Amino acid sequence: MSESMIYRFHRMLTEKQISCQELTQAYIEAAQRDNAALNAYVTLTPETALAGAAAVDKKIAAGEDIGLLEGIPMTLKDNISTENIRTTCCSKILEDYVPIYDATVWKILKAQNAVLLGKTNMDEFAMGSSCETSYFGGAKNPHNIGHVAGGSSGGVASAVGGHIAVYGLGSDTGGSIRQPAAFCGIVGLKPTYGAVSRYGLIAYASSFDQIGPITANVEDTAIVYDAIAEYDAMDSTSQGRKGAPVCDTLKKDIKGMKIGIADEYLDGVREDVRAAVEKAADVYRSLGAEIVRFKLPALQYALPVYYILACAEASSNLGRYDGIRYGYKADNYTDVNDMIKKTRSNGFGDEVKKRILLGTYVLSSGYYDAYYKKAQNLRGTIVKAFRNAFESCDVILAPTVPMTAFENGRATSDPIETYLTDICTVPVNICGLPAVSVPCGFGKDGLPIGMQLIGNSFDEATILNAAWQYENAAADSYRPADFGVKL
Amino acid sequence: MKYELVAGFETHVELATNTKIFCSCTTQFGGEPNTHCCPICIGLPGTLPKLNKRVVEYAIRAGLATHCQIAEIAKMDRKNYCYPDLPKAYQISQYDKPLCEHGYIELSNGRRIRILRIHIEEDAGKLVHSRGSTMVDYNRGGVPLIEIVSEPDIRSPEEAREYVEKLQLIMRYIGVSDCRMQEGSMRCDVNISVRPMGSETLGTRTEIKNMNSITFITKAMEYEYNRQIDLIESGEKVVQETLRYDDVTNTTSGMRGKEDANDYRYFRDPDLVTISVPRSKVAEIADTLPELPAEKLERYVDELGLPEKDAQLLVKYRKVAEYFEKAIEGTKTPKTAANFIIGQIFRTVENEAEKEEFAIKVTAEHLNELIKLIDSGKIRMNIAKTTLDKMLETGQAPSELLSESDMAGLSPEALKELCQQAIDANAKAVADYRSGKEKALKALVGFVMKNSRGQADAAAAESVIKSLL
Repeated sequence: MSESMIYRFHRMLTEKQISCQELTQAYIEAAQRDNAALNAYVTLTPETALAGAAAVDKKIAAGEDIGLLEGIPMTLKDNISTENIRTTCCSKILEDYVPIYDATVWKILKAQNAVLLGKTNMDEFAMGSSCETSYFGGAKNPHNIGHVAGGSSGGVASAVGGHIAVYGLGSDTGGSIRQPAAFCGIVGLKPTYGAVSRYGLIAYASSFDQIGPITANVEDTAIVYDAIAEYDAMDSTSQGRKGAPVCDTLKKDIKGMKIGIADEYLDGVREDVRAAVEKAADVYRSLGAEIVRFKLPALQYALPVYYILACAEASSNLGRYDGIRYGYKADNYTDVNDMIKKTRSNGFGDEVKKRILLGTYVLSSGYYDAYYKKAQNLRGTIVKAFRNAFESCDVILAPTVPMTAFENGRATSDPIETYLTDICTVPVNICGLPAVSVPCGFGKDGLPIGMQLIGNSFDEATILNAAWQYENAAADSYRPADFGVKL
Repeated sequence: MKYELVAGFETHVELATNTKIFCSCTTQFGGEPNTHCCPICIGLPGTLPKLNKRVVEYAIRAGLATHCQIAEIAKMDRKNYCYPDLPKAYQISQYDKPLCEHGYIELSNGRRIRILRIHIEEDAGKLVHSRGSTMVDYNRGGVPLIEIVSEPDIRSPEEAREYVEKLQLIMRYIGVSDCRMQEGSMRCDVNISVRPMGSETLGTRTEIKNMNSITFITKAMEYEYNRQIDLIESGEKVVQETLRYDDVTNTTSGMRGKEDANDYRYFRDPDLVTISVPRSKVAEIADTLPELPAEKLERYVDELGLPEKDAQLLVKYRKVAEYFEKAIEGTKTPKTAANFIIGQIFRTVENEAEKEEFAIKVTAEHLNELIKLIDSGKIRMNIAKTTLDKMLETGQAPSELLSESDMAGLSPEALKELCQQAIDANAKAVADYRSGKEKALKALVGFVMKNSRGQADAAAAESVIKSLL
């Protein structure tokens, strides 16, 4: 669907075809109704949403101009801090945690009168690929609720794919925006590390985490990206967007654009997924782009490097959940150490515990050199390999996931196989590069397939331009799911 | 056998920046528990640290003042350990790339105590035990610290005392810390071992943690020195461990808990970017460093001609030295000012802390005025002294306290008249003097002094009396 939903609703609001309260009410009702099947939301905030909508209606009635994102109903992944609205990371340990401050991205959108419908489901602390490690149970795929929405930002993808939110913000540490977007047949952008402020994003792995939009189409992603990619003094690693707004160049011609395909990205990929990506390459050829094939052997290190470094950082980031200051606290303890032990034992789920243990291990004295240090060095190797690749192409085309959405329960029953499915998404997080996942057809099982366009640092403009051109040219790549608001 | 003591210090110094190291909360000491806190310094989920540039500058000042090399590139690391006073379960510190390295402090015996490194880090909160329960106050959490690590170059408790005092003084001079040990803004961990005199190898060391008084440091070191010797002499081994010093019993004992056998799992903090220190910045900071205590002492002795002991007393307190220098501006006799400060003025300042503050009623300008009056012969020393006493009481200027007659001194006629009165009134003293008792003259001079209200010059009075007799 290449028509921007944000534009469409914006026009309906300004032309007074619908009031913001009516629009919001339609989304609230659909969310309340369909959440039973999708389990996309873990917290709904209808009162705040309607209050915000009323304020927008007042502005419109007064004849004031409104911004593009003003009054558009949206959602946030439940690891993005929202003042006075509980932010759980879908963990028992933060079940009742209510932040006293807003994440920078939410501050930005709130200032533009975005209408927050609620907070969406995710894998616990963003650790997982199916949303099923959530303390609240997994979000379901709007194309087939017998399958997962993906993870970790499964709730946002389920809500946006199921039309119970116009757009949402997720976070991507190893594919957590792109993979669920691919599974749910929508668009997800993992921006360049540093483009969007991480302040207020509850950390999983700090040197990988990045917030980005999940939307129904490429143009909406571009609009939201332009809105949130701002330098933030609260985040030392923040740089903001570089260059002009990506919307400015979104629809330009891509004749002569060099699109690279690395063989390693297609190794071991399911046949229908591979075919869909090859077909997308043909679409690009027809649009006048040049397809460049190359090798990227460093990709073989990506998974171990990612799991070692991300878990190492996680083991440190999650140390603060001790029951002392906020969040869940165990009962019946003998002393402070026992209290912390019991709090963590009861408060964290298995996947989180596994990654904390793994991360603690690789940082321990005696193992640091063999694991953490080696992985850091290899991280450098992978960064260099991508830098070289971008000397011969403008974007890299690859599958987002080697398959389509897992059946419910499968990811958790075979964790190693599930880790392996992250192979296509983790390399950009290792390198801090931007990548967008775009729907590119359907698998044999009728589930959506996603492809990703990977760009050079801070070159979101080029990948979104390429993504929009594809989306515009390949009308059959997208099909709406049968849920949610129909307007 | 004779044993040599070998000690090295890890000294934590709280920096006197207005705000904390990673947020904009105040660093003020005290305050109601948990009122100097924000989401960042209590480590709420999602918050990120932002390095206070002042902290880097202060650490560089400390490094330059202790002859360290300043790194061009430094980074921040996480030191992971779980304790209730540490809200993130890691302390942001510096592991393998500290800001300053390879400096030294020179002791008065000429020995140099080498400084291995100075790094920056955040302080933790404080546990408060009350009525059977324990609470945490995070006001101190995130207060910037530098940790100054010395090489094991200290050989006696006396050297330790001097080392700590010198560090304290330097930090105060360069304005990076008030170094108040009783408030915890300076704390020392002492690593100590013993070895047979003449041996080059290091013995097994123990570490006495968190010492906050110089007296206790020296006592603890003496105790630990003897304890280790006793162990060795009786054929036992010194166990490498962390100790706590009990100042009531004057003993050390093993600490169990957070410090034991910890694997801190250091790694670079991904939330903070590389710190680069351009050489121009180092030069800029070096330019703003004041004259350091050692340089000042030398100048007071060599250029101002003060006795070393007096110079030391003045240099020992930054504010006193500043006061002294203002007081002697444009005067001829620095010694006079030094005597006034060390004698009369110090008598009115009760303790070390007050000397440190040096908030006295007499301004340096007023003292300067008084000394200039002496220099120009307008008043005599004894008048000056009584005037200074009045100044210390009232805070008034000398010009407000001195009368015309005080300033005019005593005319020769009036002096002669007074001397005659002295002779007439003290027949016994006159007789004694005439029979050869030189000392008897003192009583006569005393009479003159008393009756002139101090205006007479004692030497002049003596010669007039002699001539009259």
